[in-house]
Amino acid sequence: MNFRANLLASTAALSMTATVGFAEDSSDPIVIPIHNWSSQIVMSNVVGQIFEEMGNNVEYVTTDSQAVYESVRLGDVTLELEVWEGAFGASFRAALEKGGLHDAGDHNAVTREDWWYPMWTKDACPGLPSWEALNECASVFATAETGGKGRYLDGPVDWLKHGKERVEALGMDFVVINAGSAAALWAEIGAAEADKTPVVVFNWTPNFAEAVWPGEFVEFPEWVDGCDKDPSVGPNPDALYDCGNPAQGYLKKAAWDGMKDKWPDAYATLTKVSFTNAQIAEMAKLVDVDELEPEEAAAEWLEANEDVWRGWLPSGS
Amino acid sequence: MVEIASPIAPIRRSVSYDPVIIALLGLAALLCFAKPILPDFLIRVPEAWVPPLANWLDTFFEFIKGDLDTGRPGLIHLTRWFAEGPLAFLLGVTANLLEGKHRWPFFDPLPWSTVAAVAAVIGYYLGGWRLALLGGGTFVWTALVGQWKIAMQTLSVLAVAAPLAFLIGLTLGIMAWKWGWFERMIKPVLAILQTIPFFTYLLPAVIFFKVGPTAGAIATTIYAIPPMVLMTTLGLKKVAPEIIEAGKMSGCTRLQMLFRVFIPSARTEILVGVNQVIMLCLAMVVLTAFIGMPGLGGKLLAMMNSFKLGRSFEIGVTIVLVAITLDRMSKAWVVKLPVHHERGTPWHIRHKYLVMAVAAFVFFLLLSQFVDILDKVGRKQSLSMGREIDTVIKGALAIDAVKSVTETIRYVLNVWVLIPFRNALLWIPTPAFILVVVAFAWGFGGKRPALFATAFFTTVAFSGWWDRSVITLYSVISAVILSVMIGVPLGILASRSKTWATRILLVCDTAQTFPSFIYLLPAIMLFGVSDVTVVLSIVIFTTVPLTRYTIEGLRNVPAEMTEAADMSGATRRQKLLNVQLPMALPTMAVGFNQAIMFAFFMVIIAAFIGTQDLGQELQRTLAGTDLGKNFVLGMNVALMALTFDLTLMSWAGKKNKMLGLSAR
Repeated sequence: MNFRANLLASTAALSMTATVGFAEDSSDPIVIPIHNWSSQIVMSNVVGQIFEEMGNNVEYVTTDSQAVYESVRLGDVTLELEVWEGAFGASFRAALEKGGLHDAGDHNAVTREDWWYPMWTKDACPGLPSWEALNECASVFATAETGGKGRYLDGPVDWLKHGKERVEALGMDFVVINAGSAAALWAEIGAAEADKTPVVVFNWTPNFAEAVWPGEFVEFPEWVDGCDKDPSVGPNPDALYDCGNPAQGYLKKAAWDGMKDKWPDAYATLTKVSFTNAQIAEMAKLVDVDELEPEEAAAEWLEANEDVWRGWLPSGS
Repeated sequence: MVEIASPIAPIRRSVSYDPVIIALLGLAALLCFAKPILPDFLIRVPEAWVPPLANWLDTFFEFIKGDLDTGRPGLIHLTRWFAEGPLAFLLGVTANLLEGKHRWPFFDPLPWSTVAAVAAVIGYYLGGWRLALLGGGTFVWTALVGQWKIAMQTLSVLAVAAPLAFLIGLTLGIMAWKWGWFERMIKPVLAILQTIPFFTYLLPAVIFFKVGPTAGAIATTIYAIPPMVLMTTLGLKKVAPEIIEAGKMSGCTRLQMLFRVFIPSARTEILVGVNQVIMLCLAMVVLTAFIGMPGLGGKLLAMMNSFKLGRSFEIGVTIVLVAITLDRMSKAWVVKLPVHHERGTPWHIRHKYLVMAVAAFVFFLLLSQFVDILDKVGRKQSLSMGREIDTVIKGALAIDAVKSVTETIRYVLNVWVLIPFRNALLWIPTPAFILVVVAFAWGFGGKRPALFATAFFTTVAFSGWWDRSVITLYSVISAVILSVMIGVPLGILASRSKTWATRILLVCDTAQTFPSFIYLLPAIMLFGVSDVTVVLSIVIFTTVPLTRYTIEGLRNVPAEMTEAADMSGATRRQKLLNVQLPMALPTMAVGFNQAIMFAFFMVIIAAFIGTQDLGQELQRTLAGTDLGKNFVLGMNVALMALTFDLTLMSWAGKKNKMLGLSAR
């Protein structure tokens, strides 16, 4: 618990020098939502501990990653640190329209989600990552139930990844099965790992899985705006979803509208917060591979990367 | 007992050759054969005919809910006030005491050693050394594997939800006993509450009581109320007239009658209710992880989502230990009779155990000030073997022999059994399907269940979710059939010797308290995301009651009967088939019924694997605010479950009467 003591000491020192500057922030706790994947949990703790260092009270609450935007909107939680374009863009935009929350800036990171395979799959299907090559080896991915066709394990239905539509639009020899949860995806990869069975599943980055199973995304026809709305866009003139997902999706922060007035200093810091893909992967690794508890991982990360986050604090500290 | 022998014979024949059944099944068959020429509306209810029930419900809920933003009056103001006021306060107090959350009264968290010591003393008071060991040991394990904080988060909610459920359940139970009209009104409500899937509790809880521990506590409380009400009413009704008479003669007022006469006399039933409240609360509090309750369940979900089999297994062990401890302790409390001391016994003798508990508490509180490890076990000091267990599990699942067996099972079951069966069920025209269900209800339960079956399944047909309901039912039926094939033979074998019966029952207990979604990951690794995985993970759960009730049923066959069979020179097989099984059948039917209820419960959780049934849709609604849809989906599950429940319970009741056994 050494680092905690350090942190406390520095907090004490800070608050003495900075009482004037931070006096405006409300003493009510800033409520930070945490979800069920490691990078988000650690990042929330990192930012939470930065807020605490500024003298704010912070509280964490576990919420659903889609429902959270409704909670931010109502002010039940104060902010959201990982808004993924692909996964949560729709929920975020819906809440944005209703009002009550706003975009608090981007991270310096890109997100991507698409068909993905662990590296060993390449042995059975050397033409990868091109999707045409994948389609030619479809039979390699066949299982008992698919009868000759390849099997692609898509994300849960409610993630709306349109795997079935894409298979039809591109005329692929694949059957799309929907997993019920992220855990189900990992279990499939984990089971395939032992015998190096070729599999192709839905996956995304940044994500802990990259550290555990090296792999690549399948390269589909490049994403063009309108691919999901206008049939004429993309290689198949008569179908929607005939492109890959955007390879450069945004990763945003969102804030409750009331945050600016209630915790002005914390809000100013939040708008400056920006992590890179490498930093996010590092945070996930501390928990997923090194098995630290999230708050310990956050403290460790803060200690090791002081130069990164010191600049985000309000001037005067 | 003499007249028992004769009614055994008609048991087998009682089901068949009923003209009504033949007519129903005949009509169903006719509809199936005529399917190619049937008009579309006889195959599926056309979408235009489906009433927009979800929208109506949404409007209705929206109306009674009110609005926080605009201040439109409604229920939500009351519930939010309750959630943010008294409930948050209570949860804050327990959370502060147990895990040191920054809330009133702002104490430091209790050192784990003090909690373990007090648990051991309570265990000793209730059941001697063995329970002391279990109680203390559970908490020592929890601390040592580094799960103290999350376990305390769970227990701090439990400590509020369980007493709340107890108080509400007791009050409703007393009211139901006092007023017949209230009992008639509340019974169907309780039946629905007991069959409605837990996902349906979660969404309203979040909307009305705010995401986080408050919603978790409310969902947990509601889930645990029904058995408390039922047991209270049952206990109060059974109070002997002599006791009531004695109370009246000593001039009790009405309140005195209730608190001094009725409730103490119904103590056993009420305490059984308490036991059930605790167990249901614990089961639910883990599942509230789906709406973001932190604690053991939340950690478990997070561990599963980052594919840590070992750590999730350890959390599972903790949950089982806590469950078994609470279960055994509350059961010991049921049996324990109040001790009466002689007048003039000194205070510290009368309150020996209280003194012991306080002493142990103070001792460890002081000691932990000097010995850090007795206060808190840090992550790096803990004895968690997550990674090692991980390797063991993954290694075991990757053994070639295991793989080839599971591959075969997967192939045979999926391709030859499950998928054809599912397609067949989906192929049947809706009216024919309903007719078959009604015939089943009529044949086993009689007229009343058949009427309910008609009403319930017709409602499902008009809900707009027929196909998904059929897929749900398909998983349930397949799983229950499979678990009958496993559970009943297992029960028969185990019932032959007392030691084996005890051992298997212990396995049953453990399997039942092990949080169901831990099974899912290994199951997926073995069988992939497919129907087999869904069905087999339900089977693990449903085999338990079947085995348990088979053992109980067989072991409770009156000795005179088996002796009579022995004397007439029956072989073991004959004795089993002609005497024991028919006698045990009503009890086994209760187990069968429970298996179906469990299956309906588990099939919803199996959405985690990946299904196309109601559970998947229900899980989707959790991420939104679609109260109406959530409710319609939950209602479909409840209606189907209730149909089976009514039919089988009515059948078991009839058979029991026929055999002259008392109804359970």
